[in-house]
Amino acid sequence: MSETRYTDQHEWVRLEGDNATVGITKFAAEKLGDVVYVELPAKGKAVKVGAEAAVVESVKAASEVYAPVGGEVTGANEALTTEPSKVNDDPEGAGWFFQIKLSDTGEFAKLMDAAAYAEFTKSP
Amino acid sequence: MTVTTEILRRTPLHALHVELGAKLVPFAGYEMPVQYPAGILKEHLHTRAKAGLFDVSHMGQGFLAGDTAALERLTTADVAGLKEGMQRYGLLLTDAGTIKDDFMFSRLAGEADLYLVVNAGCKEGDFEYISQKLQGAATLTPRFDRALLALQGPLAAQVLERHSLGISNLTFMKVVRTTVAGAPAIISRSGYTGEDGFEISIEGADADRVARTLLVEEEVLPIGLGARDSLRLEAGLCLYGHDMDESVDPVEANLTWAIGKRRKLEKGFPAADMIMEKLVHGAAKKRVGIKPEGRAPAREGAEIMAEGRVIGRVTSGGFGPSANGPVAMGYVESKFAADGTKIDLMVRGQALAAAVALLPFFPHTYKR
Repeated sequence: MSETRYTDQHEWVRLEGDNATVGITKFAAEKLGDVVYVELPAKGKAVKVGAEAAVVESVKAASEVYAPVGGEVTGANEALTTEPSKVNDDPEGAGWFFQIKLSDTGEFAKLMDAAAYAEFTKSP
Repeated sequence: MTVTTEILRRTPLHALHVELGAKLVPFAGYEMPVQYPAGILKEHLHTRAKAGLFDVSHMGQGFLAGDTAALERLTTADVAGLKEGMQRYGLLLTDAGTIKDDFMFSRLAGEADLYLVVNAGCKEGDFEYISQKLQGAATLTPRFDRALLALQGPLAAQVLERHSLGISNLTFMKVVRTTVAGAPAIISRSGYTGEDGFEISIEGADADRVARTLLVEEEVLPIGLGARDSLRLEAGLCLYGHDMDESVDPVEANLTWAIGKRRKLEKGFPAADMIMEKLVHGAAKKRVGIKPEGRAPAREGAEIMAEGRVIGRVTSGGFGPSANGPVAMGYVESKFAADGTKIDLMVRGQALAAAVALLPFFPHTYKR
């Protein structure tokens, strides 16, 4: 069983056991436009919740990807370095950024669920 | 609570942009399309492969009447020597000899007036400056009501020929009064993408119909400001307010080709002695092309390092879709300006390896 939650910075986190997979939402990918470069965290790096963990650049601008949960980076989607367009093609699937071994499951529970995030991204 | 919103101006193509699904952003006081649904990457590549239509109606058009050669007091360009039917690039200088703007000027066949096009963000200031400086000699009439379209790309000529018979015979930097889709137009074979193409000045009232006529052609896609920026950067062309402004002179900006041959001898432009001195002996800093070695783009403002210290700053930078990698321009101390010089770019606190590179990053394909 996996559960996906969302941040107000437009990252998604899919939790399976204590392993969290992180990416940017479809909403964010559409806002960014064509992604041309992704910088990923090194395996083994300890990240705190809310800390800058990756960088995503579109033709237009550079944006930070923040760690939605704290823990140790266990893997990164190296395919994005050669094929950054995967972020636009499948942002919430093949376009994932990195994986974290969670240090505190409580952080995950604080994030928005799909319904709350859909509401959050509605135009005012 | 008071909310002050900047009232943005609209070009005559605003309704068309909305209809085409453009993402509109404020730019130089106008609400302009940054991209259409195809996105910047596709729009960029389409322009290089086929033809792209740009709305550049926000740029400042006008006509200079009277002693038009008096414009030479404000620019390094050879104005008096411009032949009929020709267009030329000029730099508008401050009294200190720094760059107030860059502009295009044309002498239409059989017409006494010069046709000018200046940058959108500078147009009111430029026209006031020119009017004031040339008072008593020449009169400038702004025509901000006119529309300006750019049709750029290798198939631009074959497309435009269908609606403006004979236009494909025009060569680079030539200009003519003609018609497009029946509308009176001033068409030049020029642009700001590095591609072959045309700039089409028409009455505002004709703009929507002419643009739609061109967009119906299968070769043509509408192109926004985003791709316009990546195209001009790959072409090594300066964006005013970024790659040049009132803090640099034509030599520092590496635009010495915009100083007319006769003007170098006769001078008579602002700060001519200072500029000629730099032209002969070199300036302390110089605009160069920069190629980052990796995949990470360096953006405007990034510090340029060499020998363990800051030697300059990136003024334009991003991803070049046709160069298929990051490209940039910036100013460096002149001793580091040679092609191939190894430099570092500071991006997010890290030094990215890069080298000074020859411009353009993508070869120009002008029809000479």
